[in-house]
Amino acid sequence: MALLEVKDLEVNYGVIRALKGINFHVNKGEIVTLIGANGAGKTTTMQSIIGLIPIKSGHVIYNDQDITKTPCHKLVKLGMSQVPEGRRIFQELTVYENLMMGAYSIKKNVTFKDDIEMVYKRFPRLKERKNQIASTLSGGEQQMLAMGRALMSHPDILLLDEPSMGLSPLLVTEIFDIIQEINKEGTTVLLVEQNAKKALSIADRAYVLETGSIVLEGDAKEMMNNDDIKKAYLGE
Amino acid sequence: MEILETLINGLSIGGTYAMIALGYTMVYGIAKMLNFAHGDVIMVGGYTIYVVMAQTGYPLIGLAAAILFCMILGVTVEKLAYKPLRGASPLAVLITAIGVSYLLQSTAQMIFGSSPKMVTLLDLGNVKLGSLKIQWNVIITLIASFVIMLILTLFVKYTRTGRAMVAVSEDKGAAQLMGINSNAIITLTFAIGSALAACAGFFMLMKSPSLSNTMGAMPGIKAFTAAVIGGIGSIPGAMLGGILIGIVEAVSYKITVIAPYTDAIEFLILIIILLVKPSGILGKKRREKV
Ligand SMILES: Nc1ncnc2c1ncn2[C@@H]1O[C@H](COP(=O)(O)OP(=O)(O)OP(=O)(O)O)[C@@H](O)[C@H]1O
Ligand SMILES: [Mg+2]
Repeated sequence: MALLEVKDLEVNYGVIRALKGINFHVNKGEIVTLIGANGAGKTTTMQSIIGLIPIKSGHVIYNDQDITKTPCHKLVKLGMSQVPEGRRIFQELTVYENLMMGAYSIKKNVTFKDDIEMVYKRFPRLKERKNQIASTLSGGEQQMLAMGRALMSHPDILLLDEPSMGLSPLLVTEIFDIIQEINKEGTTVLLVEQNAKKALSIADRAYVLETGSIVLEGDAKEMMNNDDIKKAYLGE
Repeated sequence: MEILETLINGLSIGGTYAMIALGYTMVYGIAKMLNFAHGDVIMVGGYTIYVVMAQTGYPLIGLAAAILFCMILGVTVEKLAYKPLRGASPLAVLITAIGVSYLLQSTAQMIFGSSPKMVTLLDLGNVKLGSLKIQWNVIITLIASFVIMLILTLFVKYTRTGRAMVAVSEDKGAAQLMGINSNAIITLTFAIGSALAACAGFFMLMKSPSLSNTMGAMPGIKAFTAAVIGGIGSIPGAMLGGILIGIVEAVSYKITVIAPYTDAIEFLILIIILLVKPSGILGKKRREKV
């Protein structure tokens, strides 16, 4: 069953047609990846799904509910959480306070202490630095914080926009392992990546986005063996 | 002793400026706009106090009414005039704010006429401590404004909503991803700023009882100067800037030769500080978003 479904989604920036009517879906329990070159429209897709960018036409269906016009701040409560491109953690707040903001949507939060311990367990580095101002974290630590923050609201679906950006190969592997772990524990994942190889290796299905249109879709493992994909995105 | 007296006076004037500067800086930090009409909220607070005092005779009821009325006014102006312009060019927003400022001043003039009104709030006389002689209203203003600043600081630093305000001021989009309703936070900011302006109006009337439709203009500009000196967008910066301007004003009034040039001196300090540190004393350079 599709947890998230995007239908004929069109987004413009002024005269620039960033998304020219794309269709895709994410089933419950899956990891689906959206790959594509710079400027293909991946971030635009992620941000329009979550309501940060106005949609020109088309629909976003989540859990059988049309959320096309639902304001961004209400989607967290419905179980959607996004780690945006560039992390966008709150630089002036401490690590702990950033995590607190992640749980903002839960009013009477009885599980807050357990949730934060769960995040600290997953990212022990954050626990050591819980009172540190976020702007002084390293890039890798900031990515961990961004992911931890997104997990604080118990999402049903996690939207990740280039979690590997600017990280060392070792850390990329670590982050991807964690994404798989999170998925195994029951969170559906929509993953946008430049690092197509890594993304395809953990995904169930994949979509290829090229200048605002989806040009290819299919099983992630099969796609890894597709010659066109190999040439264009895997550098082989 | 005279130095101490001047200092206490300066802190008291500075406390009032800080109240106003906080409104500028918080609105700037969170809604990213310069609310040029903020000074006039002080005046609206003043007239509210005048009207309620005439009915009831109790200054504190006047203050409470002024706080309430100014909060409603601030939030309404934001909803009607500024919210539709979110995302518009900063110049359009600034011109709208100037329009709101004139609207408030003209409305007050229509209702209350152009001759100043007199409001005597509390006449408590002086405190004498040894050779020290200070007016009670100076002390009350000083204590009240510092208590308010302390409460505001604690609120922003230690409450969920306060932290959400910082989050919205830093990155509205990311804050929305957390489930923070940024529009509600902006509304709250206008409400707090306007309440502080009402308090400033009360302090100003305690100091000098004359009330006119332009009474908010000059303190507004000076408090804006204070906010810029401290680093616009920074809450501690607005407090520091306000206190600094207050002390400069008190000292300058004491020195006969330069007393007439007090306003000019204050703006001169602004220029010097901006030349040395363009982002203000406690201001930080905004990181560009990726
Ligand atoms: N705010 C904007 N105003 C105008 N054009 C924009 C804006 N944001 C994105 N675009 C354009 O829309 C297109 C898609 O951008 P988008 O950020 O979605 O790409 P992307 O696939 O995420 O790229 P990358 O891999 O580099 O992050 C690009 O051509 C980009 O220049
Ligand atoms: Mg992108």
